Amino acid sequence: MNALLVRDLKLAIRAGGGFGLALAFFLIVIVLVPLGVGPEMDILSKIAPGVLWLGALLACLLSLDRIFALDYEDGTLDLLVTSPLPLEAVIITKALAHWITTSLPLVVVAPLLAVLLGLPANGYLWLAISLLLGSPALSLIGTFGAALTLGLKRGGLLLSVLVLPLYIPTLIFGAEVAQRGIDGAAVQTPLLLLAGISFGTAAVLPFASSAVLRINLR
Amino acid sequence: MMPELGKYAVSVLSAYGATAIIFGVLVVYVLRRSAVAKAALAAQETSKDG
Amino acid sequence: MSLWEYANPVKFLRLSSKVLPWAWGLGVACLFIGLVWGFFFTPDDYRMGSTVKIIYLHVPSALMAINAWFMMLVASLIWLIRRHHVSALAAKAAAPVGVAMTLIALVTGAIWGQPMWGTWWVWDPRLTSFLILFLFYLGYLALWAGIGNPDTAADLTSILCIVGSVFAVLSRYAVNFWSQGLHQGASLSLDKEENVADVFYQPLLFSIAGFVLLFFALVLLGTRSEIQFRRARALSLRGNAQ
Repeated sequence: MNALLVRDLKLAIRAGGGFGLALAFFLIVIVLVPLGVGPEMDILSKIAPGVLWLGALLACLLSLDRIFALDYEDGTLDLLVTSPLPLEAVIITKALAHWITTSLPLVVVAPLLAVLLGLPANGYLWLAISLLLGSPALSLIGTFGAALTLGLKRGGLLLSVLVLPLYIPTLIFGAEVAQRGIDGAAVQTPLLLLAGISFGTAAVLPFASSAVLRINLR
Repeated sequence: MMPELGKYAVSVLSAYGATAIIFGVLVVYVLRRSAVAKAALAAQETSKDG
Repeated sequence: MSLWEYANPVKFLRLSSKVLPWAWGLGVACLFIGLVWGFFFTPDDYRMGSTVKIIYLHVPSALMAINAWFMMLVASLIWLIRRHHVSALAAKAAAPVGVAMTLIALVTGAIWGQPMWGTWWVWDPRLTSFLILFLFYLGYLALWAGIGNPDTAADLTSILCIVGSVFAVLSRYAVNFWSQGLHQGASLSLDKEENVADVFYQPLLFSIAGFVLLFFALVLLGTRSEIQFRRARALSLRGNAQ
């Protein structure tokens, strides 16, 4: 598992695309929002948590199809399936690698971009916490979607159509945590639910993803 | 014959109209698909015999 | 003699061809009775005026929108567990009907909401979850359309349906959590207090029965088409092999 993780991380760094592109996309989305909505800081600061969550979600979506695509094309995936490592573990590792290369940088950068949107000062901590807690779910659900659309031509668009509805609960609770953090309201309930989604998907979805992968490689 | 719908007549009738349209499209879609399926099956079965 | 016997496509085709005319006839009759009764012979609601007549379309379609997904879930589970092709194809046939029902519920709801709430659309939990349900249907249909091999498609859409159900329920609660609503409470719960008045209730039951029977007929016909397509495909593959 460790070897696979290290390999995936190395590949992502060497190929260059992984880190940079998602971050650049996130930045562009955040810059486009004021251009579309208007420069009034009070409006922007009001929608900042939701916009930041949406931006992170879309940036995460962008890199999903690479989770399996390269390994599928060169046959590595077939080897992984037949290897002694359980397929579920392979999937967790893949999701973890995606999380480290894509979601984690987004979490780190989000508070910086929040400055552009005038996020109130007491929101930074909760924004970072909500993204940190919620983003594993994004990667895990995305891995499931990537497994579903494996090997399809024009799978990218289908992947978004499949995955975005599944992101809805995570988005709602994540943005709610950030919003309540700003309002100074009690964040405990949405925070626990968000954590529940992340841990729940980590526990259950790899089984679904591996079933899907086996069907696709049949 | 027509009941008095009052000031909401447009709403009520357009709701019925919209439903009729959507339902109609659905029924036509299902019937067409059924016809196409039957034709495809018939074509295959005759070509097999021939 | 068990229910599973009809998992055999030939038997299914034979039985369904007998049942179909009845389902069509009874469905149209029930819907006709329900709508005519509701439209012409019920009074206006004291609060909602004549818009209450939309209930005969809105409630049954909303009910069927959810039940269609539930039926797809059950059919998907049966396919994954027992590998009956009819089951997978029934799930596929139910999806377009479900989409249409969701659309009807959303559109009639919007037309109803405009005079009653003063707006076509509010981000109310019930409305929002229906929109989300619509998105789930679209994803499900898109996946069916995207995959070439029918067995693979059946497997993958079944798993998507199961995972999607979990997330749809989650979304329902998340959405409840996220906004308080304008929408009326349940109109058909067993708790009498909440229900709509009897005058509206009886034609509504007919209308619901009509929707259920027509749903049944449409799904049955759709499943037959899918079976026939599958058979034609199998024959053509065999023909090519020779």
